[in-house]
Amino acid sequence: MIFNAETRSMKFVPFLISSAVTILLIVVFNTRWGLAPALGEFLSPQHGFWQNAEPVDRDFGQDLQLPGLKDPAEIYLDDRLVPHIFAGNDDDVYYLQGYMHAKFRLWQMEFQTYAAAGRISELIGPKAINYDREKRRLGMGYAAEKAVVEMEKDPVSKAEADAYTAGVNAYITNLKESELPIEYKLLGYRPELWSNLKTALFLKFMSLDLAGSENDFEFTNLRSILGYTTFNKMFPVSQDSLDPIVPVDTVTRVPRIKVKAPAGSDSAYLHSTDTVSVHAVSKPDKDNGSNNWAVSGIKTKSGSPILCNDPHLGLHLPSLWYEMQISCPSFNAYGATFPGAPGVVIGFNDSCAFGFTNAMRDVRDYYEITFRDDSRKEYWYNKQWVATDFRYEHIIQKDTSEYIDTVAYTVFGPVMYDKSFSGNRKTNDKYYAVRWKAHDPGNELMIFNGLDHAKNYTDYQEAVKWLHTPGQNAIFACKNGDIAICDQGEFPAKWKRQGDFVMPGTDSSYQWQGMIPQSENPFMYNPERGFVSSANQYPVNPATSPYYLGGEYPNYRGLMINRYLGQMNEIGIEDMMKMQTDTYNPLAGMAKPVFLKNIDTTDLTANESKYYEMLKDWDQRCEAESKGASIFKITWDSLKAIVWDDDLAKAGMPGFYPYNSTLLEGILRDSTYEFLDDIRTPEKESLKQDLTLAFRRAAGTCKNLDREGKLTWSKFRATRIEHLANLDPFSRLDIDNGGGEFSINAMKIDHGPSWRMIVQLTKNTEAYGIYPGGQSGNPGSPYYDNFIDNWVNGKYYPLWMMAKEEETDKRVKAIIRITKL
Amino acid sequence: MFKYILSILVTALLAFVSGLYMPWWGIAIAAFLVSAAIPQKPAFSFLSGFLGVFLLWEVLAWWIDNKNNGILSQKVATLFPLGGSAVLLIVITSLIGALVAGFAALAGSYLRRLIYPVPPPETV
Repeated sequence: MIFNAETRSMKFVPFLISSAVTILLIVVFNTRWGLAPALGEFLSPQHGFWQNAEPVDRDFGQDLQLPGLKDPAEIYLDDRLVPHIFAGNDDDVYYLQGYMHAKFRLWQMEFQTYAAAGRISELIGPKAINYDREKRRLGMGYAAEKAVVEMEKDPVSKAEADAYTAGVNAYITNLKESELPIEYKLLGYRPELWSNLKTALFLKFMSLDLAGSENDFEFTNLRSILGYTTFNKMFPVSQDSLDPIVPVDTVTRVPRIKVKAPAGSDSAYLHSTDTVSVHAVSKPDKDNGSNNWAVSGIKTKSGSPILCNDPHLGLHLPSLWYEMQISCPSFNAYGATFPGAPGVVIGFNDSCAFGFTNAMRDVRDYYEITFRDDSRKEYWYNKQWVATDFRYEHIIQKDTSEYIDTVAYTVFGPVMYDKSFSGNRKTNDKYYAVRWKAHDPGNELMIFNGLDHAKNYTDYQEAVKWLHTPGQNAIFACKNGDIAICDQGEFPAKWKRQGDFVMPGTDSSYQWQGMIPQSENPFMYNPERGFVSSANQYPVNPATSPYYLGGEYPNYRGLMINRYLGQMNEIGIEDMMKMQTDTYNPLAGMAKPVFLKNIDTTDLTANESKYYEMLKDWDQRCEAESKGASIFKITWDSLKAIVWDDDLAKAGMPGFYPYNSTLLEGILRDSTYEFLDDIRTPEKESLKQDLTLAFRRAAGTCKNLDREGKLTWSKFRATRIEHLANLDPFSRLDIDNGGGEFSINAMKIDHGPSWRMIVQLTKNTEAYGIYPGGQSGNPGSPYYDNFIDNWVNGKYYPLWMMAKEEETDKRVKAIIRITKL
Repeated sequence: MFKYILSILVTALLAFVSGLYMPWWGIAIAAFLVSAAIPQKPAFSFLSGFLGVFLLWEVLAWWIDNKNNGILSQKVATLFPLGGSAVLLIVITSLIGALVAGFAALAGSYLRRLIYPVPPPETV
């Protein structure tokens, strides 16, 4: 018996071992190791990434039953996968828009709200903690929560946001594991349900990108170390080559707010020598700009207005934009939409067209706070100790414990920088509260709602009034012939230089003294010259403006646009396409003659002479194959370093260069421009010396680049369109096109025309558009990046405003029919 | 030989069905059940579980990849990094499934031996 039992138990051993190995293998392949996904789940053809490998001929047609829909609806997907939604009422149209955004862009729309809310640590762990803390301390969540209150106060925006949220969630709740976007599978998490808060977070993300730009800490240090007089010359508040949105000779209205600099600010503020020790973790791209223009019928071939817009934003995959037509009995709109928010943002309806460029105003300032003690419970304000509000930011960190950031809120706003946080700097023992316009209540959804429904100029005026932050140059054209532009937003009324430097926060004297009444915002309606335009330049002449504008205003694109439009007549759509993709570099056009006159060619080596000749022969166009464009740019950058770095080094800030227009205007005006002198040498350097040195250095760089085959403009600039999570195989790193930062076609390394649109408002609207991406956010879809090559080549797609009766048109590739569940 | 081929086919079929309703490791249960039900020498059970899922995943991955024109496999094979080789990615995919199923089948086969002991050779 004993013997038998032993054999029996012996027979258990192989079973146990093989079972144990099986379980172990399952556990190993079901676990994430570092950044690698759980292999079993990820590789399983029925669950993992293979499920995202979409058949190239996939039929997107289906019959759907969805809860929350009021009337039956149809969505027609065309050959570019653009959905044309036809719904029975407003709520249904936003509901289905949310559904389609989620269906094609779910990961992106959620990821952007994680980024906005400072929740990236949740996905990738503590290495994102500084990024997250910066967003929390700026009050992104605080601002979004306030925006939700505004959004839900108004029955129209509440209904719209609720319907959109319900539509997104209708998709998420029915989503099978295998259908999860591949990024969720790679990073190992699942989508949360959507909410109106997430929509608000997305809109604040755009506010941060477009109205979050400032250099207050850098400016403070430069002013304190170099002195205000020098600073003021390096960063002047005007330009010689000024061509503002509203022409300089326009009469300005009498201001209703009389701004006044606080007593003693000359010495306590402008000439203060206090330095700061703060360094932002991430900054919005300073060139988040755009072009838009509208020409009236008197200048067009068709006799009807044409409206053009190309917003320049960070280029990513999946793209920020998603193209669609949304149609219901009350409106019918087509254009670029934001996955993450309802409505068409830049587009047209049956009566008019609309678009935006960034207004560039500085609406984010800092105040130095004096706390009673380290507990930060009370701060000194208007001669008394005032209690602080605390907001506790719970930052979940993947694979480790939660991080609780306690942020003090003052009358100015959150204390963004303090002893525990100074961005990427280690030491800072002062407290700086941020006053940011995006914290103020506003209901930005209503602009898009208003424009999508707009029938005429009055409707447009009503719609743009909702725009508080980010301030935009809202452009408009209508089938009745009207054109208009408005520098729209709610902007603080500032005294000169207010907010350019960190301000004292011990009393109310340095606070914003009010908001500029919207009726005083610069605007143009059917001007005699027959066109309106904007390209992020000054809205008005800063010298005659009753309010200080703040911010940086690039002027060269605007100059070109106005020059072209002023000369053009009989304008057709092709002319507008040519203009949007124009690569002429106006800065080079003005600078090159100075270069050629001053570069001393007597001692140039054979190599240097070669590049000098190439520069001389260059046509000032930034074409993809041009080498001259690169030689100019390298010389220009080299000149910037020679002229500015000696002064900037004194403040420990090499590379923080003044505006390009400042240097150009300096050398155009005066060959003895004071900054040409290298303050580190006893000698007084001249323009000739600086330019010759800049060119010789540049020629050395050019030689090396040439040898590697990287001197042609597109190779040198090396534009890339990165996946939002920086996954290279999901990115397009080989963009080979023309254009540059000073050209109307404003291409930079990871930034450029993110949606080119041209709308001719003839009886039957004729519209064209393209964006660098594709309608599907799935890297496994042929529709992921299929627009990019045509975009690179400056081509456009006809934008088809479909009529319901055209259901059988051959452009319709799939039909989704939806009924109420 | 018949049982061997039958086991492979039934494993593949059951593994496929499990994939419709269960997480990815349903393939282990499928392979385990098949080898517990169809008596084979342990080595053959292992092989039939292994091959059943290997073939299933190979065919599925290849089919999907083919319909996708290799758009995604090429990207994932660069991410991993496998030099962008879709073939390698498909083989690794199949191997991982096969390994799990093979051991599960082995365990199933040993379980069967516990319940229905194989008669010792001298009694045959």
